[in-house]
Amino acid sequence: MYRIALKMLMGDRGKYLGLIMGLTFAALLITQQSSIFTGLMTRTYSFIDDLSQPDIWVMDPKVQFVDDVKPLQDTQLFRVRGVQGVEWAVPLYKGLLKARLEDGNFQIVNLLGLDDATLIGGPPVMLEGSLHDLRRQDAIIVNDVGANTRLAKKPKEPGGKVVPVKVGDVLEINDKRAVVVGICQVKRTFQSQPVIYTTYSRATTFAPKERKLLSFVLVKAAEGTDLKVLTERIKRSTGLAAYTAQEFKDLTFNYYMKSTGIPINFGIAVMLGFLVGTAIAGQTFYNFTLENLRYFGTLKAMGTVNGVLLRMILLQALVVGVIGFGLGVGGAALFGYLMKGTELSFRLIPEILLLSGAAILIIIILSAVISIRKVMKLEPAIVFKA
Amino acid sequence: MFSNGTAVHILNVTKTFVTGQARVQALRGVDLNARTGELLMLVGPSGCGKTTLISVIAGILNHDEGDCIVFGENLKDMAQGKKTLFRGANVGFVFQAYNLIPSLTVTENVAVPLLITGTPRKEALARAIEFLERINLGDKLNALPGTLSGGQQQRVAIARALVHSPRLIVCDEPTSALDADTGRLVMEVLRNTALSSDRAIIVVTHDNRIFNFADRIARMDDGRIVLVEPQVATA
Repeated sequence: MYRIALKMLMGDRGKYLGLIMGLTFAALLITQQSSIFTGLMTRTYSFIDDLSQPDIWVMDPKVQFVDDVKPLQDTQLFRVRGVQGVEWAVPLYKGLLKARLEDGNFQIVNLLGLDDATLIGGPPVMLEGSLHDLRRQDAIIVNDVGANTRLAKKPKEPGGKVVPVKVGDVLEINDKRAVVVGICQVKRTFQSQPVIYTTYSRATTFAPKERKLLSFVLVKAAEGTDLKVLTERIKRSTGLAAYTAQEFKDLTFNYYMKSTGIPINFGIAVMLGFLVGTAIAGQTFYNFTLENLRYFGTLKAMGTVNGVLLRMILLQALVVGVIGFGLGVGGAALFGYLMKGTELSFRLIPEILLLSGAAILIIIILSAVISIRKVMKLEPAIVFKA
Repeated sequence: MFSNGTAVHILNVTKTFVTGQARVQALRGVDLNARTGELLMLVGPSGCGKTTLISVIAGILNHDEGDCIVFGENLKDMAQGKKTLFRGANVGFVFQAYNLIPSLTVTENVAVPLLITGTPRKEALARAIEFLERINLGDKLNALPGTLSGGQQQRVAIARALVHSPRLIVCDEPTSALDADTGRLVMEVLRNTALSSDRAIIVVTHDNRIFNFADRIARMDDGRIVLVEPQVATA
């Protein structure tokens, strides 16, 4: 009987394809928009991911997310170093400064100042030069995307390609000379500015003069120290906020979730996909059932019990659901693959597949329920109406 | 009363359709017997209750009052689920509009009643092929119903009605969509293939060209059986 159900479904080619298209569209939109949302939200804390060495981040208690820098006095570094269980603690400068390019234009850059002695917090991948080159005079390391785009020099001839910044080029940051000694690769962040690494002491000379310039204190816990205990101890001893890397990521993620319109915007797109999918699939499936009502009635008259008819309809719904889901998710994955390496953030995680699958399941259940109701209430005597 | 050789025993059956304020009394106390080994025709003008009566006899419509006993089972006392199973095992249907599922092949369509009653697919298809060959449709086994003529489709429908060996065949206007020659051919197939000593056939029709295929004709008017004729002359 289930083979009959499938043949009935696939025999009506137009409606079958219409159903699959509706569900594919829904799965595609839900998966694609959710993946872009996830990619975007991952970018909010990708800077924390890039700094893998510290266990704990110490900062002003008012800090709400990673880019919300509220500087500390340099002396706080020593207070943190004095806390029991701290293996090491190093300073980190993070700030947006104005860089003057060779052609005279200005560009806001995200400047990171690393501990002069250890250079902890450096970029995860060096493409040219070495992290230790930062010890040279006026040295900076520029990220590849920034070097190739916003910091790039104008084309040599009109309509030509821009000339990427390369090792040896000179910029001015806040009127101070800065020499590019390396090109690095970092994860894309939520902010689109070029990322420039230098030493902490040099960063504080680039930065406008302020009483407080220390953005974060990066802490490594001594071996065997419980991170939870240590963060509590740092908080108590210094009055500062201390988070494990994961906690800091969560803080940043939650800030963007609660304080920006991003979730609502993407949520609307996802909901739209769900509603359009439900409308198309529900309507098409109902029409399919209506047009086959005579045959369902015939099957009922010939002795098919309601339970079997119910399972036949559910199977039909499930088959179009699975195919639509597969095509939609496949389309979204292909989209992500083709967009790899572009500015677009796209992160397809298993949870999104579950979300998309659940949405499609709800759509097909809603669609099937309407049809099932019709068939269950069907009077088999309709078969004698010509 | 019910006795050996009686397939269907109808006693004072009534049925009223209610739609809003409107009440239509389709059956007004029908009494009728159908015997095994006979082809009984129900004839009468449009709206006289023929289709309602075979719907009740076939167990696809509940009646209001009276008894409808089919092979010893009173359908009035039967639960809906049991009635469905009873139909699957005991009743074969031939419809005016054939009602063949368009996306199934001829063989698959004929196999449907067997699949409903749980026969394994392979066996069901083999039985269907056997029946189709018996009615000279062996060359159309894999054809889709839409590619067949009306007469061929109705012969397929007859094969479908017979394949699971039901004891009662109900036919609703089986020839009304066919020309005279094809109608006669279909009735010959029905009579020659379906009629047996343990089976009854009830045909609802207003096509007087096929009256001569009946063993008895029950004439209906205004929801009642007004005359049962044992012999018929060709119109």
